[in-house]
This record gives sequence, structure tokens and C-alpha cells, in this order.
Amino acid sequence: MARVVVDVMPKQEILDPQGQAVARALPRLGFDGVTSVRQGKHFELEVDDDVDDATLAKIAETFLANPVIEDWVVRRVDA
Amino acid sequence: MTSTQPALGGRIDTVEHAAATPDHPQPYRELGLKDDEYARIRDILGRRPTDAELAMYSVMWSEHCSYKSSKAHLRYFGETTTDEMRAKMLAGIGENAGVVDIGDGWAVTFKVESHNHPSYVEPHQGAATGVGGIVRDILAMGARPLAVLDPLRFGPADAPDTKRVLPGVVAGIGGYGNCLGLPNIGGEVVFDPSYAGNPLVNALCVGAMRVEDLHLAHASGVGNKVMLFGARTGLDGIGGVSVLASETFAGDEAGGGRKKLPSVQVGDPFTEKVLIECCLELFRSGLVVGIQDLGGAGLSCATSELASAGEGGMRVELDRVPLRAEGMTPAEILSSESQERMCAVVRPDDVEAFLRVCAKWDVIAVEIGEVTDTGRLQVHWHGETVVDVPPRTVAHEGPVYERPVERPADQDALVADGPERLARPSTPGELRETLLRMVASPNLASRRWVTEQYDRYVRGNTVLAQPADSGMVRIDEETGRGVAVATDCNGRYVKLDPYQGAQLALAEAYRNVAVTGAVPLAVTNCLNFGSPEDPGVMWQFQQAVRGLADGCRELGIPVTGGNVSFYNQTGGTAILPTPVVGVLGVIDDVRRRVPAGIGAEAGETLLLLGDTRDEFGGSEWAHVVHGHLGGRPPAVDLAREKLLAEVLVAGSRDGMVSAAHDLSEGGLAQALVEAALAGQTGCRVVLPADVDPFVWLFAESAGRALVAIPRSEELRFTDMCSARGLPWTRIGVVDPASKALEIQDVATVDLAELRAAWEGTLPALFD
Amino acid sequence: MTARIGVITFPGTLDDIDAARAVRSVDAEPVALWHADADLRGVDAVIVPGGFSYGDYLRAGAIARFAPVMTEVVRAARRGMPVLGICNGFQILCESGLLPGALVRNAGLHFVCRDQWLRVENNETVWTTRYDAGAEILVPLKNMEGRYVADPATLDELEGEGRVVFRYLVDGDASQRYLGIDSPNGALNHIAGIADARGRVVGLMPHPEHAIDALTGPSDDGLGMFLSVLDALVAA
Repeated sequence: MARVVVDVMPKQEILDPQGQAVARALPRLGFDGVTSVRQGKHFELEVDDDVDDATLAKIAETFLANPVIEDWVVRRVDA
Repeated sequence: MTSTQPALGGRIDTVEHAAATPDHPQPYRELGLKDDEYARIRDILGRRPTDAELAMYSVMWSEHCSYKSSKAHLRYFGETTTDEMRAKMLAGIGENAGVVDIGDGWAVTFKVESHNHPSYVEPHQGAATGVGGIVRDILAMGARPLAVLDPLRFGPADAPDTKRVLPGVVAGIGGYGNCLGLPNIGGEVVFDPSYAGNPLVNALCVGAMRVEDLHLAHASGVGNKVMLFGARTGLDGIGGVSVLASETFAGDEAGGGRKKLPSVQVGDPFTEKVLIECCLELFRSGLVVGIQDLGGAGLSCATSELASAGEGGMRVELDRVPLRAEGMTPAEILSSESQERMCAVVRPDDVEAFLRVCAKWDVIAVEIGEVTDTGRLQVHWHGETVVDVPPRTVAHEGPVYERPVERPADQDALVADGPERLARPSTPGELRETLLRMVASPNLASRRWVTEQYDRYVRGNTVLAQPADSGMVRIDEETGRGVAVATDCNGRYVKLDPYQGAQLALAEAYRNVAVTGAVPLAVTNCLNFGSPEDPGVMWQFQQAVRGLADGCRELGIPVTGGNVSFYNQTGGTAILPTPVVGVLGVIDDVRRRVPAGIGAEAGETLLLLGDTRDEFGGSEWAHVVHGHLGGRPPAVDLAREKLLAEVLVAGSRDGMVSAAHDLSEGGLAQALVEAALAGQTGCRVVLPADVDPFVWLFAESAGRALVAIPRSEELRFTDMCSARGLPWTRIGVVDPASKALEIQDVATVDLAELRAAWEGTLPALFD
Repeated sequence: MTARIGVITFPGTLDDIDAARAVRSVDAEPVALWHADADLRGVDAVIVPGGFSYGDYLRAGAIARFAPVMTEVVRAARRGMPVLGICNGFQILCESGLLPGALVRNAGLHFVCRDQWLRVENNETVWTTRYDAGAEILVPLKNMEGRYVADPATLDELEGEGRVVFRYLVDGDASQRYLGIDSPNGALNHIAGIADARGRVVGLMPHPEHAIDALTGPSDDGLGMFLSVLDALVAA
């Protein structure tokens, strides 16, 4: 078994209303100095050893992320 | 920073530079301009356009913005509008949306637009931003948006791609509209293979204002300030224009230019909600002289249209525009389609108050320019002039094409292949099976799976919503005055006969408004067709426009606005021609609205109004049972539609009608099922002795409605019908004790069985 | 005399005009309260209405709880002022700690808008005295994050103290079976609404303010909540 982490983020040029809302709220709560917030998704997958990188890439690209509006990073994490 | 340097070695293309470099090659073809169109721009300017000017012209002269293929045909709407029809209109085609006077000092505006292609690429955001755009159109008229409706078309219900597109579209409409706080009160969901690679996502919004508050997009008053407010401007929807920022116009990955950007725009309904409240407060405070929303073509469109409509001049300091992305070029800023932005013209003395209201709502607002009397739209960028054009040449004097029009060669064969040859059910068992199969078919089944994802209650004025024949909202809480809106189109009818099919769409929407007790008043449309470069498609378009315009003249209700969407096709195959027609009606007191469900009163008689004929061309039965499309669509008789509407409205006004339901796809059988399920009440139906039960149950003859009349009113109602010459047939009674639809000598089906068939289809497909 | 009942508007609040209309319909006086003002304007009770405050982008209610007006609401509630949170208002009251538990995404993962039957489980809160115990009422439900959850100890406490005020009736509507779940959103114990220990702060997901007139709602069953609080305030 291996642990795989997939982080999915809205593409840099794509509007991220969720991140913006958090960024706007922070100064109101007295937290200054945060200039930008972007909000994404974090997936943790437990996968069998014979699942190769190409398959993981495909899982991320075709299912976990929406390539039209999101970027993603797949990485294996040491157990 | 990398990859953000504009062309010309980091230099911005100014007017001065353009004049000095006449031979500088420009990627006008990549931007969709034809050789002669580019030549005309050079001719207008007396030099080559700058990058920014080229961006503006290319986007404003696109089919979507300029209506260049449809303009010649759309003129027919104006030519067929009589003075009497015009009298009800406070503003018509040419404004953001048409406005009609509904009495008591209230004005109502409504419009429908397409967001088809974006919704195929990214269903959720495409549909969401479609809602956002149409709501801002209504807001730009000075009206408070009241409700939305969404006419939708998808590929086959069981196709894999429909499972991707439909849930995304529905979630997008719901996610945006629900968060925005507008009730969704109706629309359509239609499945047909022709929409498989090209769904139709149309969005309609209706809004209201006091007559004196009408805001037209006029930038009048030299010296008045131009304010941009709402969201920041980012790189949304400028995929096309990005070639200008590329060293090589092809925009290769490795080049120094910003490579092909995604054209997906992401909507932020929260920002839009705040923008709505902010705008309404600005209107109430009298701080706005003119206003324009930023939709397709963004600032290019807003500035050129505002300038054209006013004194004809405007100066814009583009570097003041609040940006979301770094290194944006003037061309990109002018063509960005970032959502949730508005542009207003404000008197200099009001600017401070304007900014205060915006600050209250946390809305970013900046002064970006002012109205001038130069007759030019001049855009500056850090002190240099990057645009200097006559605004009308951008906004209104684009190319007009007389595209070839030709009736398709196979049209005769299509019409000749009538439904007469199709095997029909005849035994009671076959009829019962047909009834259940039809009720469960994707186009007739309950839309609850879709509409349950939309908030219909917010704002507390929704009187009728799906699955009612038309949506109805109260406008005046004191008097109860309100409006009803319905949208309809059967693309199969239009395919068989575009002229008649468009009239059938009009007739159905008109009827759907009238059955609820409202008086039809005005028409809007969203004309979804294939490629205008196909003469056969242009024939469909021309015929549909003529049919719709002639129909409106006959009914005496004006077309107040519309939208054209071309290039709806997969490969070389066009969609069914789909001129969606929206009809708006007024009701003086929503408390007399007529619902579709039977059983509200103890003892009701069921009457069928109108004539039933053996008409199955383009019918749902032919489609579901035989997969057949051919022959002639049902006959249309608009004088009859008018009479039927008058009777229905009179029946509502005099309290003679306790329920009414339009007959359309699926015919009488479908209407009975829906009326019984809506009212959770059974009924006994006895068809006339000498008729073919199949024809009476499933034919789709137009000009008909099912009504439930309290027994005490029956004679008065039927006397009225007879006196006015409207055919009626007593076809049964409502039976509060029964939990079944009983059609004598044909079938008895429990309501539970009907409900299971009707409700089960979409959840089984999409959950 | 009549009562003055505050209705809060946050940026993104949607059902404030509906809540104000409901207050007016029982002849009480609605008082508009603004999120940015730390001022309750001397009201006798507060309604935190539905909507999507600040877009609900982080978590429903997570940003609204920090609004200046909420600090005052929490303070007044601790003193015993009647507070009603509807939908997003319920979410905000949970985020604020006035009510226990949390509202998470519906089990069906969709926004759900439907007419929902509820059973009144507790008619002794300040917002429910006009109902008969066990009464069944029909009220609109419309939300994306309406599934009530809490840890077992909290649930035991709520059930043990009779603080579950409304419960979804799950057998009434055959059509719900098509959703593959036996409640509209999968709420634990079918909980639709709860109260604080004193029965003065109530939160519920369904919308009583949308059920004040059969013309615009499925019933007028929601009126009872506004009449109840008026009884309490006028008697006080």
C-alpha cells in the first residue's frame, strides 16, 4: 500500500470567490498582512503498490480535477 | 514575472505607433475577422487599428455581439409591430431588455439569453454565469430582478455525456441563482439526440420597477463621470484576444506570449447579490444617469454602447481599472469577460455619494473616465492613447450579411414521411401501456429532480412555480398585481415547418400564461439555430422569424427583445431549430391565479376546450414509441388561441375555473395525469362515444386546455364558451374519493402507479 | 403595545424581507439590523434569517459569526433575549456557539427545495407555544448544507432535555424514496430544529417565514412561530 496525495487548486487566472471571501474576512477579524488566499481541495488516496503513476495521473486529470478550471499535483507520500 | 510581455517587444501599441507602422501585420483572422472586415476597420480609422482597437472591433463585430447574420431578418420584427402593440412598450429592441407597462405605475422587463457553448465546455460555470449575465441585463434597466426561468435542452437522457452535462448545468443554475436570492419559477428540460454535442442553456430573467425609474443606457451629459464597479477585471473569457499578446500570432506554448487562456468564466453569486442591492440603492438615491452591464465583450461593449447612446463621446483611463491578474494589456482589459461588473454614468457632484453607497456594500468602484462631446471613444493607457474610434462604428455599425437562404433539399421528404404509417395502440391494454410509457418518458416525466435544486420561495412572492404551466410572481403586495411567464418551444415541430413551428411555440407559451389566469402582454425570444453559413439553417431561421413575428402581430402582443445563438451544431449536424419563445402576462390580482391541480373544490366537472384532431406529426408519441420525426406539425389557429385565452382569463376573473392545464406534448392523457397528480385527486373520464380514444388521448392538436369547473359554475361557463364560439366537451368528473385516473373503457391507473412512473425516471437516470 | 423584532442583514442574506414580512403579518414591528453595526437598536427579539452570508464560501455561517452585530446577539441571547435562526441563521447560531452541533452538506449532495412535513416536538420554547405538542406542519425546506450533526453526547443531551424542537417527518412523501435516503438531508435523528437549554434560542433549517400565507407558500403553518414569540414578548 502507498499513500498518494492529490492537491487540486483553481488555476491561477481563474476567479476563486471562496478564497477571496476568506481573504476579505481576515482583516475584519484583525488578521492583517494576508494579501491573497486561494482555496482548493486535498485528497488522500490509499493505493495498492501496483497502481502506477500514469494511472494516478489519469485519476487526477479525469476525475478529481476539472482540467478546464483547475490545476493539480499528484505526489506519493512515504508511509 | 514571465510570459506577460505584450507584443511589440514590451511596447504597448498606441494610436501614434499604429499610424507610424501601417504595415505591421495583425492577427485579425485569428480574431475571427474576415479580410473585408479588417479592410473596413482600416478605412473607418484611416490607419491600421491598434491591438486594443482590433480587440474591440473583433469582439463587437462577432456574430454574438453584432447579429451580423440575423440583423437583416430581425428587422421583420420591427416591421410587423403595429402602433397598438408598440403602445404597451416603454423600451424595446436595442435596449438591454424590453420594458412593458403592466398598469398601476409598474413597468416590467424581461429577457432570455443563451449560454450554450460555455455550458458544454464547463456545465456548472457556464450555466451559472448565464444566470448572472441575464440578471445584470435586467438590473441595467433599473429594475429589481424578480425571478429566473431556465429553458434547457440536452442530448438523449440516457447518453453518458448527458450525465455529465445535465447535473452540472442544474447545479450551476441552482448554485448561482439560489445564492443570488432569486426564485426560479419555471423553464423547460427537453431531451433530443440533436443536442448531444451542443446543449442549449437559455436563461430568462424578469424584473420590475416603477415606470418613473426606468434607466436607459444613455451616457448623456458632457462632463459626467464613467464609473466601473463590481468585481475586479481578470483574464476571464479572453482566450481569443490572447493571440495579441503572443509574439507569434499562433500563440505557441514556447513563445513569449501568454498562451491560450481558458475561456471559462467563474461566477461569484455573492458578489452579484451585493451588486444588485448596491445598484438598487444607487437607483433609489438618484445617483445614476445611465447604466450598462458588462457581459460578453466586457468593457469594449459597455463603453462603446454607452458612448453611442449618449452625446457620442467618451474618454476612458484604462489604467484605473481594478485588475485581478498582473500584466494585463489594454486589449485584454477591454475584452475581459470577468463577471459581476457594471458601468454607470454619474454626475460629477454625485461621485462622492456614489462611492459611499458602493463602500457600504463593500463593492469596489472607480471613476474610469468621462462623457465628452468629441464624437470619439478615446481610451488612454498610462497617458498614451490606445483607442480612438467613432463609438457607433464599434457598437452599431458592424457588418451586415445577407446570407444565402435555401429550403433544404430533404425537407419535402421529411414532410412526406408522415406518422400515418406508424402502428397505433388500439386495445385497452395497449392504451394503458402506452399511457404509462409516455408518462415515464424523459420529455414528459416529472422535472422534480431538476427543479428541487432551485429555490422557488425566496423573496416570498412566488405564487406559481414549476410544474405549473407558467411561473407567477406577485409584484405589488398591496394590490396583488403580478406577472406570469412561460417559455416554450418544440424543436421537432420547428424542424418540420419552421414558420408554423415558431407559431406553435408562441401559441403554447401564450396559452400557458392564459391558463393561469394572466393576460398575455409581451414576447421575448432566444433563437437557437445551427450555422448561419448553411443556407438550410438560414431558411429555418428566416421562416421561424417570420412565423413568430406574424404570429405576434395576429395576437397583438409585441416582441420586446430577443437573442440569437448560431453555430449550435455537432460537426456538420445542426440542432433542431429551437426558437424558444417567452411570453409575459399580467394578472391584476394574483389571488385569482388558476392552478393546474384538480380537486380544490368539492365536485368539479372536467371540460376539454378546443378541437382535437388526428395530429401526430412531430408528436411525443411518435418520438417515444417509434423514434419517428416526419409529416406536418399540428395546425395552428391563432384566432382560436386568442379566444381560448380570453375565455380562460374571464373564467378566472369570474371565479368559474378551479383548475386549468394546457394541452401540449403528450396530449390529453399527459394533461390528465399531471392535473390529477398535482391535485392529488382522482377523476373519472368518459370520452365521447364516437371518437378514437388513441387520438383523443395522445394527439397534440394546439389551442386546447383542460379545465376543472365547480359544478355550480358549469352551466355559466359552458354558456360563455358556446356564446363565444369556443368548442367544449364534457369529458369527466373529479372524484375526491378516488385515488385513480379512470378512463372509461380504456384503463384505470392508480395515482400511486402513475406517480411512480412519472417521478421515477429522472432520479433513476441522474442520481 | 407590540413587539419590536430585529431582522439581521449580512451581505448575502436573502430571506430578510421574508422574515420582516412574517413579523409584520403578526402585527409586530420588524427592525432592520445591519451586520456591521454593533447595535441591536433596542429590539425585543432577533431573527437571523436565511441566505448565503458572505457567500458561505468557507463554511456556512463561519464568517458571519464574527460580524459586529453577532457579538451583540450572543450577549443579548445570554441574557435571555429570544433569538430565532432560520436556515443560514441556524448555521450561524451553531458557529457562534449559541446552539450545539453543526450543519453539513445534504446526504444527497444536492441543494434541496421542497415542501417538508415537520413534527413539533417541543411546544414550550418561546418560539413554539402556539403549536400543539406533536403537531404536524408543512413548511418549505431549501438548503445545501442542512444535515444536522452532533457528537453522541450532545445528541443524548438534546434528546434527554427535550431540546429537539422540530423533526422531519420521513414517511409522508413517497417521492422521497427515490432519493435513496429516508430524510431530505440525512440529519441525525431527523433533527430539523433545536433549542438552547432555556428554550429561548431556537434554530431550524426549514423556513417558517415562507409559510405564512397559502398564496405564496405551501401553508400558513409557519405563522405560529411568530405568534408564539409575540405572546411571550407582549406578556413580559
